[in-house]
Amino acid sequence: MTLAATAAGQGFLSPGGVEIAFLLVGLATLGAAVVTVTTRQLVHAALWLVVALGGIAIEYLLLTAEFIAWVQVLIYVGSVVVLLLFGLMLTKAPIGRSPDADSGNRWAALIVALASAGTLVWVVVDAFRATWINLDAVQGSTETTGRSLFQYWVLPFEALSVLLLAALVGAIVLSRRGGEGKAPAAALRNTTATAPAPREEQR
Amino acid sequence: MSDALDIALRLLAVFAVFLVFPLVIGQTEHKVMAHMQGRLGPMYAGGFHGWAQLVADGVKFAQKEDIVPAGADRRIFQLAPAVALLPYLLVLVAIPIGPHNAVGQDLDAGIFFVLAVMGVGVLGSLMAGWASANKFSLLGGLRTAAQLLAYELPMLLAAASVAMAAGTLSLTGIVEAFHWWWLPWQIVGGVVFFTAGLAELQRPPFDMPVADSEIIFGAYTEYTGLRFALFLLAEYAGIVVLCALTSVLFLGGWHGPFGAAGLGWLWTLLKTVILAFGVIWLRVTYPRLREDQLQKLAWTVLIPLALAQIALTGVIKVVISS
Repeated sequence: MTLAATAAGQGFLSPGGVEIAFLLVGLATLGAAVVTVTTRQLVHAALWLVVALGGIAIEYLLLTAEFIAWVQVLIYVGSVVVLLLFGLMLTKAPIGRSPDADSGNRWAALIVALASAGTLVWVVVDAFRATWINLDAVQGSTETTGRSLFQYWVLPFEALSVLLLAALVGAIVLSRRGGEGKAPAAALRNTTATAPAPREEQR
Repeated sequence: MSDALDIALRLLAVFAVFLVFPLVIGQTEHKVMAHMQGRLGPMYAGGFHGWAQLVADGVKFAQKEDIVPAGADRRIFQLAPAVALLPYLLVLVAIPIGPHNAVGQDLDAGIFFVLAVMGVGVLGSLMAGWASANKFSLLGGLRTAAQLLAYELPMLLAAASVAMAAGTLSLTGIVEAFHWWWLPWQIVGGVVFFTAGLAELQRPPFDMPVADSEIIFGAYTEYTGLRFALFLLAEYAGIVVLCALTSVLFLGGWHGPFGAAGLGWLWTLLKTVILAFGVIWLRVTYPRLREDQLQKLAWTVLIPLALAQIALTGVIKVVISS
């Protein structure tokens, strides 16, 4: 990670093949993401999400972060989208357009999305500025990722797992309350979208 | 130039394996099932034991009309078989069959690549189940999703155990690190991996998503002709991939008691074929598990077993290295 050479002699305005591919894949990913949130067909939105997430995986590959790329495919395409589709199949999502698939919050959502995108881009730009990372040598091999994750980033890593555990416990609590028959149907429908909830009910 | 030629040849070889092996498995299934159930099966096509039945089936599938139901989501319905089949082609690229780089492409995180891409294949079934606009298909799709969610975890954990033992995520690296005593050491993980893989392929006794006596043929109910054949082919390709992976991860791949020089690929092949025979055997032998039994098996048996295997692997690994 610290192999970054100075930017001297490396121009940002004379892109090579990898940079061009990176840009094109990025545009395709952005397009798929926009379609995901604008389409009125719910299941199509989920499938466009697959394209967007796969595009991000390809970007990781172009940055030679192979391990992260496959984890991206495994977790997001293989599990999260399957979960989404599972949830959608439990609803009455029609084939074709859903009349009520639009939200009155679209402007608020747009502002939040732009603000968070701006923040993230600013953080990345501010952190790296004109750093040049040479990608001819593989920078994101499994070993490098593992070492940095378990040497320098152990605390955030563990904190994240505690966060996930909290979400898991929350899902179980929500599904238990649904089991007592107090919660309205709407709350039940929400809990079906979380992984462990339906199974907890089955026992 | 020779580099490009090398890559082209490797890809061609992988493609040939992809085209031939699933069909061989399909034919074997016909014959093995016929013998185990004491019936003849198709005996006339081609003369000797009906060897040409496979060709006849192919011709039949190609001739059938390709129907898309009027209420279906046309494009997704048509795209689904490709999404189901192509991941297995990609996976075959990373599976090593012999020593000295006899692999389509040696990947640094091969095990992750293989499991990730195999998971994508299930999206095809989900797309088919939803886009058919058919209640049986939808039920099949739901069951597919539930099954994938339940069995992906033990499969990953079992694979993680073997990766821990070898200290690498590369499939070639794992086989190179293999010693004969890994067999008893990793046997629980191997069984968990194979069982979870069977469930992910929806093979009997885990074929609840396509249970033909309840929901016709699940997500594939509305498919005809070549697209239906592609789904069947995906299942057989899945068997090839699962058996090859199990033999590479847990049975030592190209290692064998003898014939180490030059005959390694034969060992991989032999182990794969024996496992595939086992898969077919299971189909003929066991009744289908009920949906709740399926889920119970995954969450209360396979996952604890896989976690125990990881603990065992960790302990022995520490003992060895100290």
